[in-house]
Amino acid sequence: MSAEAIRVGLRRPAHRIFVHQLRSEQLVFWRSREAAFFIFLFPLLLFLLLGSVYHGRYQHVPIVRAVLAGLVAYGCANTAFAGLAIQLVLRRENGILKRLRSTPLPPATYVGSLLVSTLIVFGLQTIALFLLGRALYGTPFPSDLASFVATIVIGAAVFAALGTATASAIRSAEGSSAVVNFILLPMAFLSGAFGPTRGYPAVLRAIGEVLPLTYFVKLVDAVYLHGDGFWTQPEALAVLGAWGVAGLLFTIFKFRWEPSER
Amino acid sequence: MPAIEVSGLRKAYGSLEAVRGVDFSIEEGEVFGLLGPNGAGKTTTVEILEGYRKRDAGEVRVLGSDPERPKPDFRQRIGVVLQQSQMWANLTVREIHAIFAGYYWAPRDVEEVIALVGLQDKADARVKTLSGGQKRRLDLGIALVGDPDLVFLDEPTTGFDPQARRAAWEMIRSLRSLGKTVLLTTHYLDEAEQLSDRVAVLRDGVIVRVGTPSELTTADLQTEIRYRRNGEEILVRTDEPTRVLAELTSAAVARGEELDGLQVRRPSLEEVYLALTADEDEA
Repeated sequence: MSAEAIRVGLRRPAHRIFVHQLRSEQLVFWRSREAAFFIFLFPLLLFLLLGSVYHGRYQHVPIVRAVLAGLVAYGCANTAFAGLAIQLVLRRENGILKRLRSTPLPPATYVGSLLVSTLIVFGLQTIALFLLGRALYGTPFPSDLASFVATIVIGAAVFAALGTATASAIRSAEGSSAVVNFILLPMAFLSGAFGPTRGYPAVLRAIGEVLPLTYFVKLVDAVYLHGDGFWTQPEALAVLGAWGVAGLLFTIFKFRWEPSER
Repeated sequence: MPAIEVSGLRKAYGSLEAVRGVDFSIEEGEVFGLLGPNGAGKTTTVEILEGYRKRDAGEVRVLGSDPERPKPDFRQRIGVVLQQSQMWANLTVREIHAIFAGYYWAPRDVEEVIALVGLQDKADARVKTLSGGQKRRLDLGIALVGDPDLVFLDEPTTGFDPQARRAAWEMIRSLRSLGKTVLLTTHYLDEAEQLSDRVAVLRDGVIVRVGTPSELTTADLQTEIRYRRNGEEILVRTDEPTRVLAELTSAAVARGEELDGLQVRRPSLEEVYLALTADEDEA
């Protein structure tokens, strides 16, 4: 048997490489304490803080439920947009992406496993938020679980597309997290993820009207606070879809595997 | 069949012609050194062969593939050590080897590779605790874990202390004994001389000389014969050292004199290299 035939005989099925890479991504994520803290724990800490600050009712429901919905939305942007963008820039500038390109790992498998890994982190975070809410503030679980899961996946996809687009636009590892947080934190306030924006000046509310997180907050509110199906929000879905497609197109044309020239 | 065949290779970045018509071929099992100053086109050439860059012109065959349209086994059969790359700082040496091993159809045993690159005592250490030399050995380990037939080493010992360099040389020699083909780029002449079966000197995007290290040192510069006479140092450069030396020594014997401080030396590869890569107006 020739060496070639032996190799072909041992060829690994595509799904095994995917599972292998997904496990690798999970190991890389949880091993980094900074990532685990800022991406996974930070929204939980914010929930503890905001949940004990806000009292009363909002949109006819206890306000702590609205806080929870806002933080699920913020967690999505934090994980899929900010976390993914920062990780990708660091990996690109460190030469990890370039190094992986010379291995037999297919690029689609790499990107797919990174996205699924991000979704797993965000999914676990969402579960942790609901468990925390239930234990401390008596918030209920989503009544329409299928619609809620679909909402989560839609949000993760849109913000991941924006995360990869942002990573493509950032040229250096230094300051990449500052740039990303400079986008994320104002967006979180202006979109209402950290509480109602009714009291904000009109100009800030106008800016909020075009941000993707605003529409994702609306979608999560509809599904979680009011028990509506995600399809009852065509406007939010359309705006999110437009942002997602824009992010995807920018990524396709501008994404680089190699470090910036120095 | 040669492992690598390159002819008429050209590559420009805008108006800068980095590679201007390069030809060479590397046999299976050969350690081939690509030597040249910074900006000579070494990394561009190697990155075209690795499949990172598209060429503007020329023919390239690497393990029977065109790297721009590689066969499915191409990336299975190459191992790459990049000039600069880092790995996930919080993972251990063993974990990173295992991750890379998972990409290949027939990887080598992870523990065996870790021992081969001399990191067995660091197998459970996180990457961020490794020294520069140890990180470079990790790069070599993950290049070898897929059991490649062809290994690209782009300046593998830059920044090493002398001891670490010796250790790396031993490892690269062991690749030859495993039957691997190695393409080594370096700007250390002693490294090329110590490790390579053949060396190509690259300058301004063209190969100015190819040959074994000893061919290069004999073909290009004359042998130097030095001695002192009446306290004055005399230097003779010659293409016929045997004849000249015989004349000198027999004349001295006939006079009953000693040739004080007699030295015969072949130019080092370094001198050949400096002569080859010097600017024309300086030479």
